[in-house]
This record gives sequence, C-alpha cells and structure tokens, in this order.
Amino acid sequence: MSSDSSPRKLGVLQVILLAIPCIAVLIVPFFNRLEPSLFGVPFFYWWQILWVPLSSVFIAIVYRMTVPPGSGD
Amino acid sequence: MDVVATTVFIAIFAFITLLGFVSAHWRKGDMSQLHEWGLGGRRFGAWVTWFLIGGDLYTAYTFIAVPALVFGAGALGFFAVPYTVLVYPMVFAILPRLWVVARQHNYVTASDFVAGRYNNRGLALAIAITGIVATMPYIALQLVGIQVVVGGLGFPTGGLAGDLPLIIAFVILAAFTYTSGLRAPASIAIVKDLLVYVTVIALIVVVPIKMGGFGSIFAAIPPEKLPLPPVKDGNTGQISIYTTLAFGSALALMLYPHATTAVLSAKGPNTLRRNWVFLPAYSLMLGLIALLGYFAYAAGIDKLPELAPYFAQYKAQFAMPGLLLHFFPSWFVGLGFAAVAIGALVPAAIMSIAAANLFTRNIYKAYLNPDCSTEQETSIAKLFSLIVKFGALMFILFLPLTYAIQLQLLGGILILQTLPAIVCGIYTRWFDAKALLLGLAAGLAWGIWAASLTGFQTSGYSLHVGGLTIPAYIGFYALILNFAVSIVANLVIRVLGMANLEDATTAADYIG
Repeated sequence: MSSDSSPRKLGVLQVILLAIPCIAVLIVPFFNRLEPSLFGVPFFYWWQILWVPLSSVFIAIVYRMTVPPGSGD
Repeated sequence: MDVVATTVFIAIFAFITLLGFVSAHWRKGDMSQLHEWGLGGRRFGAWVTWFLIGGDLYTAYTFIAVPALVFGAGALGFFAVPYTVLVYPMVFAILPRLWVVARQHNYVTASDFVAGRYNNRGLALAIAITGIVATMPYIALQLVGIQVVVGGLGFPTGGLAGDLPLIIAFVILAAFTYTSGLRAPASIAIVKDLLVYVTVIALIVVVPIKMGGFGSIFAAIPPEKLPLPPVKDGNTGQISIYTTLAFGSALALMLYPHATTAVLSAKGPNTLRRNWVFLPAYSLMLGLIALLGYFAYAAGIDKLPELAPYFAQYKAQFAMPGLLLHFFPSWFVGLGFAAVAIGALVPAAIMSIAAANLFTRNIYKAYLNPDCSTEQETSIAKLFSLIVKFGALMFILFLPLTYAIQLQLLGGILILQTLPAIVCGIYTRWFDAKALLLGLAAGLAWGIWAASLTGFQTSGYSLHVGGLTIPAYIGFYALILNFAVSIVANLVIRVLGMANLEDATTAADYIG
C-alpha cells in the first residue's frame, strides 16, 4: 500500500449513488411485467440486465468522487 | 466419443496444467510464508485481481446451474442477475476497509480480523468453522461441472472408468495448488475467463441468429413462465423469495472465505475499488448465460433424440452443454467444455486455499500449536488444502449428488450468519464478542432447523404474519434473528458492564 492513498470517506451522496442500482433491482413488483419489451426481450429481463452496466457507471462515479487521481494502489 | 472435441479439450487442459505449475515462479516470493502461498504475496494488480475475482466468484457450477434453473423454473432462476448487481456497490463500500486493516495486522482470513478486533478466539473459531463447513460442499459442487462436460464429450459415466477423468482433474488441481498456492488459480483464471467470454459471446450471438432472433425465442416460452407469479391471496409467493434470495445471496457471497482470499490478495484498496467498477462485466456475462436457459427451452433440445439421453441423466443441468453440442462444430464444443471444466478448477483451488488458511490460522495456530513457525504454518496450510480437496472428491464419488447441492444451499445460509461479526466489525466496535456469538448460534440453529423442514430441498421458509404469508430465503430470516439476538444480548452485556473492550486494531486502521 502506498502511503499517499487516502481516499475520502463515503458521504451521504456516495451512499445514495451506490444504493440506486441496488434499489433498482430490488423493486421486483415494479419490473415483474413483460411489456414494454426490447428487441423481443420482455421488460423483466432487459430491465435487470440493463442495471448490470448501469451499476458499473454508478460505482465509477463514486470512485471518481472518493479516490483522488494518482492515489496509488 | 467426439474425437475432435475431446482432443481440443485435453490440449487446453494440458496447457493450463503446465501453467499452474510454472506460476509458482511468477513474481516469486518466499513460498514458506503463508501470505505468499495463500495470498500470492498481496501483490496482484488491477488486471490479475479482476481475472482472479471473476474466476473465483463465477464458478463452473454457475455456468451449469444458472441456465438449468431458468430452463427448469423460469423467471425465478433469473435471481442470479439482481444478486450480482447488488454485490459490487456493497463491496465497494465495505471490503477496501477490510483490506487496509488486514494488511496492517497481517490478517490472512476474516476470522483473523474477528479474533483481533474483538479479542476473542472463540468467536473467531466459530466463524472459521462456519466458513470451512460452507466451503466444503461448494468445492464438491465444482466437480459437478466437470462431470457434466466430461459426460457431454461422450466418455462413459459409470463405474471407475467414469470417475477416472474426475480423479485426474483433481490430482492435477491438488498438485498445482500445493506447489504454487494462490498464484496457480490466478494465472489459470486468465485463460479460463478468456475461454468463457469467447464461448458465451458465441452462444449469445449464434443461437439467436439460428433461431430467428430473441423475439421468436421468447415467443416460444409459455407466457406464464416469463414473469414471477403475482401476489395471490395474501401470499407474496415467488416475489418475496426472489427479492430475498438475491439480497441474501449477495451478502453471503462477500462473506465466503474464497471471496476474502481473493480480495486480500489484491495490491491495495484502490486496486479493489477500481475492480468493483469493472467486475460487473462478468455479471453481464452471467445475465446472458441465464438467458441460455430459455434458448435451450425454446429450441426444445431436451427432446432431440441425440441429446435426450444426456437430459435424462443430467436433467436441466445439460441445458448449456446441450446448446453447445447442438449448435456448434466439434472443435468449439471442446473449447466451451474446457472453459467449464477449468472454470471448476479455479474456484476449487481458491476455495481449498481459503479453507486451508482458515484452518491454519484460526484452528491450528490459535488452539493446537500457538508457537508454530511461519514455515510450519505454511506447510500445514498446504497439507490441509490437500485434505479439503480429497474430502470433496470422496463426497462426489461416494455420496448422491443431491447431497452436495443441498449442503451448498445450506452453506449459503450458514455463511450469511457471519455477517454481523465481520461486517459490523469493519465499522464499529459496539458489539461484544459474546453477544455476536449468541446471535451467530441463534442464526445457525434456526437456519438449519428451517432448512430441515423441507428436507434441505429448498432454501425458502414461509413466515405467517397476520393474514399474510411471506415466503423468503431462510438465510435472510435467520440473519434478522441473528441481528436481533446480538443487539439484545449486547445491550444486556453493556448494562451489566461485562463487555470486553480490548481491540488489537485502532481507529487509524479503518480508512475509506
């Protein structure tokens, strides 16, 4: 571990950003439907698969906010 | 037997065997140290960590079981997708903190951390045993993946001849894990993951083209299978099962010893944080793999005369291998099957190393031989990793397969009960070890009892509240009970002034 790695603490905003993808896939009654379908894939399936890359985006935003550039390993 | 597929399969297997042994020399360290053998020297950078964690968490059994579940149960089987979406935001917040404190105090296992944090060997022992018990059937289950693809290649599946490929695979696994430690699965994971990505992308592109697009695939599925059944007569049914299964499994995943091992082997906390950004790529793959279950269903491959015998033997577990056999040329079948088989070896190696680390640090060193040298510590770990794998092999060879599957389901429920001690400990020292031990005992006991109600067939329990029936994941209910007992017991202990406040770690060890 390099000595200059000093990520900032996760604040309320960061926790909310991390919680959004979690909530999106936990609101089952909301997405438990077949329409609107996308390229023939029912809503239930594409909604949840869509949140896989989106969760990546949210984590990346929090990473940017909390880990200063060049803060080592 | 398919000669071309088998040749490709054996060639790839021979290559990774060689790789496994050579990797002992990779970024060579003093292999008599436990953190060198069992954590690869904590020096894996962002790329290797990505492959290692991916190869570790997305096991061969995943590739077989997830499509099988969707093929058989429909929408419920898709819970693996929200499960893997939930994992990374949570671990992003939690596990880098564990890495920092573990590095500071040379902790190799989560139980090491618990022992230091709460100054309590008993709690650490309970968590180590829970971890080992949960891991053993998981290792055994990896063999199922190998069995299915070896059967798919056309090898005989009965008697000693049928068991031979499995025994060979496990001897190879045991040997390279023994000599190279965590470096072996780390290097093999790179090959394995590339093979898996190639196989899955090919399946997901080729099969829909041959079947006339996603629209016609989903049109061929009975519509009642596609969504979860709605809430009916005050029974939340599969909706609450789906939600708690996804949430509980995500929490359990990060508590498994093999997850801790992979996480602690990273070079630093920011290496981990970067990894959580990119690890969902594997989840995307998993989501697509889950859809393969519907591809197989829509293609009706279980009814084709050439594949029906396999489905009779392996049931829904043959959905993914069956798609490969039906839609692809022999050489690609060999490649895809090799991906599954190697996908079994990587996590099996990491799991056995994780169990060995736990045994050595939290049972052997803590209780049997406190004065052991670091060399002794490492040789005990190497030996125990052999014992664990041998036990898993015996399990599969001599007991019915359903035992392994049921025990693995139970293992998930059990490992989830270590959450209050480990995760709360990463944030607060409010809990006393005695209270956590009581909560753990309550969670484990209730979880085992609730699972026994269905003869360990399923992991659901129906709670009746007022006029409502809420079936949910047993591990989730057990965790609530566990927390309730821990909190009440802790309040009592605090009021009586019986709390042990000693802590080997300091506030400065917790960063981020």
